[in-house]
Amino acid sequence: MSEETLSGAEIIIRALVDQGVDVVFGYPGGAVLPIYDALFQQNSVRHILVRHEQGAVHAAEGYARSTGKVGVVLVTSGPGATNAVTGLTDALMDSVPVVCLTGQVATHMIGNDAFQEADTIGITRPCTKHNYLVKDVNDLARVMHEAFYVSRTGRPGPVVVDLPKDVQLATGNYIGREDVKHRTYAPQNVGDSGLIEEAAELIANAKRPVFYTGGGVINSGDRATEALRSFVRATGYPITSTLMGLGAYPASDKQFLGMLGMHGMYEANLAMAHCDVMIAIGSRFDDRVTGRLDAFSPGSKKIHVDIDPSSINKNVIVDIGIVGDCGLVTEALMAAWKKQKGKPDKDAHGKWWADIEKWRARDCLAYENPGDVIKPQYALERLRELTCGKDLYVTTEVGQHQMWAAQFLPFEDPKHWMTSGGLGTMGYGLPAAIGVQMAHPDALVIDVAGEASILMNIQELSTAVQHRLPVKILILNNQYMGMVRQWQELLHDARYSESYMDALPDFVKLAEAFGATGLRAERPDQVDDVIKAMIETDGVVVAEIAVDPKENCYPMIPSGAAHTEMILGSDSTSAKVSDSGLALV
Amino acid sequence: MNDLPIEKRARSHTISVLVDNEAGVLARVIGLFSGRGYNIESLTVAEVDPENELSRITVLTSGTPQVIEQIKAQLGRLVPVHKVADLTVAGRHVSRELALLKVTSEGEPRVESLRIADIFRARVVDSTNTSFVFELTGATDKINAFVELMKPLGLIEVSRTGVAAISRGPDPL
Repeated sequence: MSEETLSGAEIIIRALVDQGVDVVFGYPGGAVLPIYDALFQQNSVRHILVRHEQGAVHAAEGYARSTGKVGVVLVTSGPGATNAVTGLTDALMDSVPVVCLTGQVATHMIGNDAFQEADTIGITRPCTKHNYLVKDVNDLARVMHEAFYVSRTGRPGPVVVDLPKDVQLATGNYIGREDVKHRTYAPQNVGDSGLIEEAAELIANAKRPVFYTGGGVINSGDRATEALRSFVRATGYPITSTLMGLGAYPASDKQFLGMLGMHGMYEANLAMAHCDVMIAIGSRFDDRVTGRLDAFSPGSKKIHVDIDPSSINKNVIVDIGIVGDCGLVTEALMAAWKKQKGKPDKDAHGKWWADIEKWRARDCLAYENPGDVIKPQYALERLRELTCGKDLYVTTEVGQHQMWAAQFLPFEDPKHWMTSGGLGTMGYGLPAAIGVQMAHPDALVIDVAGEASILMNIQELSTAVQHRLPVKILILNNQYMGMVRQWQELLHDARYSESYMDALPDFVKLAEAFGATGLRAERPDQVDDVIKAMIETDGVVVAEIAVDPKENCYPMIPSGAAHTEMILGSDSTSAKVSDSGLALV
Repeated sequence: MNDLPIEKRARSHTISVLVDNEAGVLARVIGLFSGRGYNIESLTVAEVDPENELSRITVLTSGTPQVIEQIKAQLGRLVPVHKVADLTVAGRHVSRELALLKVTSEGEPRVESLRIADIFRARVVDSTNTSFVFELTGATDKINAFVELMKPLGLIEVSRTGVAAISRGPDPL
C-alpha cells in the first residue's frame, strides 16, 4: 500500500486526478478556501466557475450524461450546499453519477449554528445515493474513492462528501484508488440464468411483443446499447423508449415506435396496451409511462431487467424480474433466445406489425400549420432539418418544449439527449448544456428552452460566456408556462391562474448584456434564417422564436387515464378526467 | 380484512437488517421509512459485532406483500447495509421485548401487582414503600397483556425496548 502525507485539500485534488477527473463545476466560499487554494496550484483539474450552485450540479449532470463519466461539483458550506439540493435530487431521480464536494464548518463548530453552517448530511440524505461527513483526514482518501465507486456503479447517482474546513487543512495519508475496497456495496451485475432462460422462452414464443427500454440502457454503457440494438434487430420486434432512453436505439430505424408515455407516440402506447409480451430493459414503469395502473397493458406477460432490485415490482407487478446490468443481461437474453427450439410465429408477428402500421398511419404528431404564426413544432422540424448531419447534443428545460423536442428531434445515438425526466427541473437545460459543451468542445450543443424555464437559471449565460463554451439556446417563447397553461385549459376550464409570463425581458438585449449574441424570429419565414445564424455564429447564442401561445402538446394521455384513452391534436380540446385523475400530477 | 385477496392484505413482518455501525445509519433507515410512507411498529438497534463494527436493526413493519418486498429492496439499496432478512417469511423465529413498568400503589392493589408479576415471571428491580419497577421479557403479546393487567393497579409509566428477533434453528442470518 502506497502512503504519502498531504494536506486534506491536496488529498482531495489527488483523489480527483486518480479518478480521472478533468473538470470540476463549482463556486468558492469560506469553507472550501483550502480546496480552491490547492486547485490554484495545479493544472490537472480545470474549474468551471458557475453563477449558482444549482447550475454547478446540472452542468456536472450534463457532463456525466454526455460522457458516461462521473460529474464533479465543488461548493461551499451552508447556502452552497442547500443551493445544490435541487441538482442532487435531479441527479438521484435520473440516476446520474455525480460527486458533490461540499465545504463544512470546522469539526469543533459543527452543531453550534456557526456562520454558513447547515446540516448538509441531514439535508442531502434523502436526495443522494449516499453521503459522507469526513471527520478525520486519514479517512479522506478512502472516502473520496468510495464516493466515486458508489456514484458510478450499480444504479448511478449523486454522492455528497461533506468536508469540514479543519480536515481540509490537516495533514494525513493518501491512499490510491486501487487500495480502496468497499465493505458492503457490491451491485449485482449478472442476471439469474434460470430467469434469463424463462424470459428467452417467453420472448421467442411471443405473438405481440414489444421492447420498452429506458435510461438504464444508456447508463449501463455502450456495450448495453450495442447488445440492445443487436437483440432488437435479431428479433425483428418493435421497440419503444422512455424519455430518458432516447438514443439507445436509433430513432430512424423502422422498428422504433418512438417515445411512449403521457406525450408519447400513439403507436408506442397502443403497442404497450395490446402487447402479449413486454420486455422492459432499464426502464422503471414511471407514472408518466404507465398512465392508469389498473389499465396498464392488462394482457401482457412482463419481463423487467433492472440493476436496482427496488425498481422491480414497485409500480407494476411483473412476471419475470431480472436484477442485473442491462448490457450483461441483454447479451445473455440474446444468447438464450438464439438457442430456443420453436419457430417464431411469423403470422402473428406480421399481424402485429400490421396493427402497428395502422396506428402509425394516424400520424399522431400532425399539427395544423396555417402559416401566419410560428408553430413550435414547425420550429423544431426546421431545427431537425438544419442540424442534419451535425454532431448535435440537445438539452432541454422542462415543459411543452421538452416534450416537443423529444417528439420532433431525432436521436440516433445514446448520450446525446440530456433532459430532466424524473424531477422535471425547470432551469436544467442551460447549465446542462454548459457541462455537455465542456466535455465536447467541438460539438453543436443546443438547449431547447421555454421562456419561463430559461429564466430559472439564466445567470449561467455568464458562465458560458466566461469559459467560451459556445452553447446555443433556442427559446420557444409562447409567453406562458405552456404545460401549466395546457393543463389549466384542459382540466380547469381555461382559468389561466398565474401561468402567463408577464414582463418578460427582451431576450436579444439580455443576451447582449451577457456578452452573447441574441436573435429573434417572429414570423415563420424568419425561422430558417435565425436557426442558421444561431448555428453559424461563434460563441454563445440566444435565439428566441416567438411561437403560437395557444398551441398544445399532443398526443396526450390525461392524468389518470389509460394508454387507450389518448387524446390526439385533432380531437376535442377538453380532456375527460376523472376526479381521481384530477388529483394526479 | 380477510375478504381481501392475499396481495392486498397487510401483514406484520419482522425484518432484520445488518448494518455498518457508522454515524447516521439509523437516520438513513428511519428516513427511508418516513420518506416512502412505510409503517414502523417497533424498531430496535444495537451494536452486535464490535470487532467488525456491525449493528443489527430489527424493524417490525406491516404492509401488503408488494410493499414488504419494496421495503426489503429499498433497505438493501442503502449503501451501509450488509444484509436484509425477513424473519416472518424465512420461517420460525423468536422475538422478544423487554419492558420496565413503574407501578405505584398501597395495600391490596400493591400485593395484587406482585402476584400478577409472579405469574408473568416479571422481576422487581426497584421498590419503595409506594412503588415497584417490574422488569419483564417476552413476546410482544405477553407484555401487552401484563401492561393491561397493571393499569388498574397503579401503572404510571412504561418503557419498552421494541422487538429483538432471531431465527430458530442452527443457521445464522
